[in-house]
Amino acid sequence: MTALGLIVLLLAGSLLAWAAARLGPAWPQRVSLGVLALATLWLFALWQTGPDADGAYAVFERPWIARFGISVILVIDGLSLLLVALTLALGAVAVVSSWTEVSERHGFFQFNLMLTLAGVVGVFTALDLFLFFVFWEVMLVPMYLLIAIWGHERRAYAAMKFFLFTQISGLLLLVAIIALVLLHQRAGGELSFDYRLLLDGPAVLPAWLMIGFLAAFLTKLPSVPVHSWLPDAHTQAPTAGSVILAGIMLKTGAYGLIRFVVPLFPDAAEAVRQPVMLLGAVSVVYGGYLAFAQEDFKRLVAYSSISHMGFVLLGVFAWNQLAVQGAVVQMVAHGFSTAALFMMAGALQERLHTRELSRMGGLWQRAPRMGAVALFFVVASLGMPGLGNFVGEFMVLLGAFQVDVGLTVLAALGLVVAAAYALLLMQRSFQGADTADAQPLADFGPRELTVMGLLMVALVGLGVYPQPLLDLSGPVVSGLRAVSGAGP
Amino acid sequence: MSGADFQALAVHLTLGVAVVVLMLTVSFRRSHGVAAGVTLVALVAALAAIGVAAPVAPRTVTPLLVVDGFGLYFAALFLLATLVLVLLSYRYLQDGQDDPEEYYLLVLAATLGATTLAGASHFASLLLGLEIMSIALYVLVAYPRAGHSPLEGALKYLVLSAAASTTILFGMALIYAATGTLDFSSLRVPADAQPFLVAGLAMVLSGVAFKLSLVPFHMWTPDVYQGAPAPVAGYLGTVAKGAVFAVLLRYLVDTGALADPTVLRVLTLLAVLSMLVGNLLALRQQHLKRVLAYSAIAHFGYLLIPLIALGRVDPTLAVEASLVYLGAYFAMTVGAFGVVTVLSGRQIDGDADALDAYQGLFWRRPALAVVFTVVLLSLAGIPLTVGFIGKFYLFAAGVSAANWLLLAALVAGSGIGLYYYLRIVFTMTRSEAEGATGAATPWLPGQWALGAVGLVVLLFGVYPTPLIDTVRQLIGGWSG
Repeated sequence: MTALGLIVLLLAGSLLAWAAARLGPAWPQRVSLGVLALATLWLFALWQTGPDADGAYAVFERPWIARFGISVILVIDGLSLLLVALTLALGAVAVVSSWTEVSERHGFFQFNLMLTLAGVVGVFTALDLFLFFVFWEVMLVPMYLLIAIWGHERRAYAAMKFFLFTQISGLLLLVAIIALVLLHQRAGGELSFDYRLLLDGPAVLPAWLMIGFLAAFLTKLPSVPVHSWLPDAHTQAPTAGSVILAGIMLKTGAYGLIRFVVPLFPDAAEAVRQPVMLLGAVSVVYGGYLAFAQEDFKRLVAYSSISHMGFVLLGVFAWNQLAVQGAVVQMVAHGFSTAALFMMAGALQERLHTRELSRMGGLWQRAPRMGAVALFFVVASLGMPGLGNFVGEFMVLLGAFQVDVGLTVLAALGLVVAAAYALLLMQRSFQGADTADAQPLADFGPRELTVMGLLMVALVGLGVYPQPLLDLSGPVVSGLRAVSGAGP
Repeated sequence: MSGADFQALAVHLTLGVAVVVLMLTVSFRRSHGVAAGVTLVALVAALAAIGVAAPVAPRTVTPLLVVDGFGLYFAALFLLATLVLVLLSYRYLQDGQDDPEEYYLLVLAATLGATTLAGASHFASLLLGLEIMSIALYVLVAYPRAGHSPLEGALKYLVLSAAASTTILFGMALIYAATGTLDFSSLRVPADAQPFLVAGLAMVLSGVAFKLSLVPFHMWTPDVYQGAPAPVAGYLGTVAKGAVFAVLLRYLVDTGALADPTVLRVLTLLAVLSMLVGNLLALRQQHLKRVLAYSAIAHFGYLLIPLIALGRVDPTLAVEASLVYLGAYFAMTVGAFGVVTVLSGRQIDGDADALDAYQGLFWRRPALAVVFTVVLLSLAGIPLTVGFIGKFYLFAAGVSAANWLLLAALVAGSGIGLYYYLRIVFTMTRSEAEGATGAATPWLPGQWALGAVGLVVLLFGVYPTPLIDTVRQLIGGWSG
């Protein structure tokens, strides 16, 4: 029941937040935060009770559309639990970051925000392919509205591009899902969208089916040839939207790769391993290279996301325990560090009314607390040992090294590039000569410092002692690897 | 004819009687309220008559008509769509300078024609239904309105539609010359088709393609939709096309014409062209009714997918897919034109057609905007709306027939379609323009009906099982 309960709670929260707008402009945020806190507590309790024999913390199963063997199957296992927790945490960060930025239509804003979160939680827990697709698409609509209504200058363009990229690749996913199910049926199985049934069905799946899955997930991740929606969407979205996009939504792509692509199509995945790992490595270097050239604070962070998600792709397709676990750590760490950097960008834009790096500089003198916080997350982003991102990237590289030395070396170059763009970001915004029109700058207040502080604690914890996280995702990853015959 | 025959014809008879009653009522006493009231009662009675006819279905009544689950499903769709549109028309026609009573008379007559088409299993009844419907529509498209002249669209529709009807008629004559029969079920195409038969079939198909506005027979659609009063455009998009689609589907199933590879190729070409061209041309339209016209072209392109799959897969799946999709399409289209109608207020003020009129609708009239958003997302095929269930069926039919060309066109078309649907949503979310008018009107029955349509789109999107079960039950045994 809990698996469904979480989603229902978030849906109810979205309606409640909208309705709360009648009480005053601050109420929708309060309601959202309250609902998220409640959901987090619930999840925590679930974690404490421990998994059942199959490694699932909560299972919900009901028939839905009997005609096609579609059911509502929601399962929270270790990996899902981890990602749902990330979703709730970053959801709260998003709510707080929109506290002052959103100046109108608070109720509707929070409604969309909570709806997006509900969709993402659904994606992370659904084990029926039809249901998964429903959540996959449904989370786009509120996200589209967040960008289209509360975004920056070029919001119409960015929102449309975001939607079109994801939707068209999503339709390919739908074709592939239906073909998969029908082939499974023709091979003597029953007509069902149940992922667990399809997993141990007759292995006669043609390789091209995987392309549909791969297209959707690589677009979402995003990997290099299909990444161009990301810089626009992230830059134009309001801060809360950027936090959710980069922090959580990109992870749905990575999650799909881990949960669906390789286990369902082990042979095909084996066949494309090298090209896809190459894409990952190229994303790492190319994303970093483009980030280096950006003039816009948010755009720079957006491109750095492409670079970081390249490591995830590399790790997933290396498909050994170390690399996949590393990819999971990287997903979580990137969520935290990028959310913080986008929040920083939002805070700067709110104060300076610009995102242009050329119009910043020397901000440390005027806002030392912001400067220190920024330095911390910039350093985390470039992969400083002791922080979460380092653990993730290191594990991925270590795992990938066992599979392909050349690509690992290429990807490792990305760390050098990361140092360059990250430090450049710091230098051009907070250090250097003060800009001429130096106005007094409001430093971070307690609200922002609390959030940033919590994110810092999370990253340090992840960097120093990532074992609890590895324990959570470990059994799931080894289970999936076993299903796929430990290929590719 | 036996009692059971009359029982089977309950829907047609109810509508026929209603037309006469309304005509007499209008000639004795002109009153907008009475005319609308009689129409509503007639439509509800006809809906109830479906329940009367259902127990004796399937039944062949005279060689001309078949009353079966398939036909009754269509009849129900037509009546429901008409009901909503009539409810919406009431305020729309109020205070016009012309008499609105005949409008209802024509709507009832057209619906009678449509239900006849849904039960036609013979070329004679096909022509009969088609003409009853089309002639009523000629007048409806030009329904007198003060000021703005819709005559261009109406004339275009009259000339072209009549030409299409005569093409179909000529085709029938050729088919009759070749085979000596006009009955669908005895019209199985022989392997060595004679030239007359091929020519006849081609003429019938092109006439039907015109009525369904498939590319390249689509030129009339945007102009006619734009010129026609909003509820009539909604009627054109749903009932008029749905009826022709029903008869096409029955024809193809009964005659097995799809076994002919040429027919298959032609239909595939029409489908691909409609999906791509319809969506592409919708992209740059600035008028909502034109957007909806092009989107309807694309949607009937989509609808050809299960039709083409009919030849290759389990026919039950293909027919089921067509019916579910058409049901979904009816709800969405009625919803979309309903919003246009409500927002237009009264006809004499002109239709709210320009895209700019929708700017800021979200903040001005949130309920209406939410309904419109739901309907547009459904047209775009986003999950949790009935449009997605329909699209899912199309994909399922296409994949089981392994028709990758059509699926590619469907994916491309849907992707393009998303752009213009979202553009409308985006327009509604923008801040209100200076001096925007349109204060909220009280919720009249028409608006309640519109809200119900929005709800149906959502409910069947979330839980489609009742819809699917109904369709499966109705077509059970027919299409095998």
